[in-house]
Amino acid sequence: MNIERHDYPGIGETLYSAVLDNGLEVRVVPKKDFSTFYAAFATNYGGACRRFTVDGKQLDTPAGVAHYLEHKMFDLPNGDNALNILSANGADPNAFTSSGITCYYFQCTEGFEENLRMLLHFVSTPYFTEETVQKEQGIISQEIRMGEDNPGMAIYYNLLQMLYAHHPIRDRVAGTVESIAQITAETLYDCHRVFYAPSNMILCVEGDVDPETVCRIAEEVLPKDKAPVPKADFGEKESLYPAERFSKAEMEVSAPQFLIGAKLTPDHGGPEAHRERLIASLALRMLCGTSSPFFTRLYADGTLNMDFDYEVDASAGTITFILGGESRTPETVLQAFNAEVSRIAAEGFDEATFQRSKRASLGARLRALEDFDNVCVSLAMDHFDGYCSFDSFDLLEAITAEDCRRFVQEELAPERLALSVIAPKTREAAG
Amino acid sequence: MEYSRSELMPGVFLSHLCSDKFKTACMSVNLLTQLRRETASMNALIPAVLRRGTTRYPDMEKLSARLDELYGAAIEPVIRRVGEVHCLGFFASFPEPAFLPKGEKLLGEMSGLMAQMLLSPVTRGGLLLPQYVDSEKEKLLDLIRSRVNDKRSYAVQRCLEEMCCYEDFAVSRFGSIEEAEGIHYKKLTRHYRELLRTSPVELFYCGQAPLAEVEQALREAFAGMPRGEVDYDIGTEIRMNAVEAEPRYYEERLDVTQGKLVLGFRLGECMEDPDRAAIHVFNALYGSGATSRLFLNVREKLSLCYYASSAVILRKGLMLVSSGISFEKLEAARAEILAQLEAVKNGDITDEELLWAKRAVASDLRAAMDSQGELEGYWLSQALDGLEYSPMELAELAEDVTKEDVMSVARSVELDLVYFLRGEDGAESAEDEEAEDEH
Repeated sequence: MNIERHDYPGIGETLYSAVLDNGLEVRVVPKKDFSTFYAAFATNYGGACRRFTVDGKQLDTPAGVAHYLEHKMFDLPNGDNALNILSANGADPNAFTSSGITCYYFQCTEGFEENLRMLLHFVSTPYFTEETVQKEQGIISQEIRMGEDNPGMAIYYNLLQMLYAHHPIRDRVAGTVESIAQITAETLYDCHRVFYAPSNMILCVEGDVDPETVCRIAEEVLPKDKAPVPKADFGEKESLYPAERFSKAEMEVSAPQFLIGAKLTPDHGGPEAHRERLIASLALRMLCGTSSPFFTRLYADGTLNMDFDYEVDASAGTITFILGGESRTPETVLQAFNAEVSRIAAEGFDEATFQRSKRASLGARLRALEDFDNVCVSLAMDHFDGYCSFDSFDLLEAITAEDCRRFVQEELAPERLALSVIAPKTREAAG
Repeated sequence: MEYSRSELMPGVFLSHLCSDKFKTACMSVNLLTQLRRETASMNALIPAVLRRGTTRYPDMEKLSARLDELYGAAIEPVIRRVGEVHCLGFFASFPEPAFLPKGEKLLGEMSGLMAQMLLSPVTRGGLLLPQYVDSEKEKLLDLIRSRVNDKRSYAVQRCLEEMCCYEDFAVSRFGSIEEAEGIHYKKLTRHYRELLRTSPVELFYCGQAPLAEVEQALREAFAGMPRGEVDYDIGTEIRMNAVEAEPRYYEERLDVTQGKLVLGFRLGECMEDPDRAAIHVFNALYGSGATSRLFLNVREKLSLCYYASSAVILRKGLMLVSSGISFEKLEAARAEILAQLEAVKNGDITDEELLWAKRAVASDLRAAMDSQGELEGYWLSQALDGLEYSPMELAELAEDVTKEDVMSVARSVELDLVYFLRGEDGAESAEDEEAEDEH
């Protein structure tokens, strides 16, 4: 094992990286003056990884397994629960499952090494019985129910269902009450064995700790073997165009909520993909960020309010652009967006705007470095995509206004977009 | 991290935290006024209208362009309710010189811009622009109406409103639809000028710049601030007991698939001379976090819900327990939540769980030292209460809390109102019935 040191003097950070013999990737960002420690332990396995081949046998798992597994990982063979043990030790532990990854993490101010051992131990120790698996159904069913009443999630999944014809990213990460009923202890053991091998995982730590200590603890606690990991099968390649372009549903909301989205051209990860993603984020900041003419105009005329945001989400081999918020007339927003895209595709961004936006992007990225959670989770996700988020600062410098114009022209044409709307319930007349 | 507090101008106070560990500096300005039904919406509207444009940068596009030039510096409107004190103003953050290409110092420029936003909005004939007022009024109305969209926080707010229906605390920080609809730009301008003259002002800075430099920058920036007779007569009324002899019950129906149960408690007589550390530890032990009674029993042992947790609103002497459950589990969940409180009252507390709770509270407070946002909120509250101990000191107090301290808080707590949000008639689904069969 060899620990590499990377200095980023411009942002005042040093990053250590290592690969252990069992294939585990480790990242450590030392922080001298802080009391907080943060550790994230993630596997490149999420809700969309449902079909895969192992030992020559093709497995097709029900929607919601990755998330169910996340809940059940906290159970230890001696009947203890890792969440309770970590909490009892003063740490603040939790986990999340997205379409692409599952991540276990904790934050603490004391007892870091002990907590790190527990994190690595419980995530690498599967223990399920039919009884404990059965019992979790009550809790997860309530979590799914809670999601069903959440307009933000409804509108998001309605959009993904339109954009993607068959990619499993279109299904809810938690699955449905019906799909999780099919999950057994055996399903969970299979998925754990296959996807929780250290060679499919990364450990990212930030705090007042040295990288040697982190690597040593990981070597002591985790399995020694380096196991190969199968690629999840996401089905045949999706076209660049949405399967459907418009959906509308009704819920208990105060005003129409909307999302506009597009499937962006998938990349293959690595530094080139990193550059392309930075181009996308800078182009979108100028096109539809809160200081863009598009937003300020629609805000001023009342079409949009502060409940507005946009993002590019890379997950499970897909890249999706999403913009949305609240508006009485979502169609007007879509028209204005199309008009702005066609104007920028033709005219490009002016140099003054471009230089300002680069500065703003630098400031926003510096601010994001204050957040331990954000630093560790980004390092993990970006590693799975083959690059390092700390390189963004240097790469940003070399991006040109023309790169940004090209992105807008190539990726955001009207026929690439879909619109998802959740409108307030129309009630029948009283009587 | 060095804390100091000074009065820059009559009724204008600065809390200064010197720290070189962050990459961005933060700064805030807050006008303090009493939370009241009649003025809450106007108060909430003021920062949003002021954020639309200043005399120098008269619209959002110009203002945003300027902030982008200042390396994405942010100045955002903030409306808070700390007990029954309404705090309105701006929160700014901007990169520290060490991380900028030419080492640019932004403190002076940002102080100026924040003061300009507060003191020199774009006006016509001395009045706030009617188009800005009307446009922000519509957005405020959207915001007030949108609270129904998140059922979990909606249920908590509704419980507070019903529980505190005779108190100003029932007023949301955004006010009400009725009050907001009646706002007129002339009336709002008068109210704004009045607040500028009479409100105590709390300024906060956390970053690398030393006190003298920050004082100078802010004094210059706020030099033009009109100051009249400052109204220090603001504060929070704390009700010790439940409103009626028996806990009240309030039910509401919406088209939802999951029920939301919220139990509203008064912290009671322990608020006469509140032991803040003990109240935090009691809350951690009873219901906040993964080692709490509520999490371990209502969720883990009985699988009644995905979440069941308590939260304390210390400045108003309240505690709320909220949980998402199947409609027919109302009685079971309520009974278990109250049974756990009863157990804590009776001293059915292990040494271990007391230790866990103390660690959780102490750890949260220590971690707050690493977040500028947390520090700003903490010191604003401290300023309102006239207290000067740091999160580190409160963490130490939490570690000294005893079992008797916790029991004494628990015994003082009194249930006032139970709120339940359930589905519309006939919404009970097949799965719910099946779930019931299991027990």
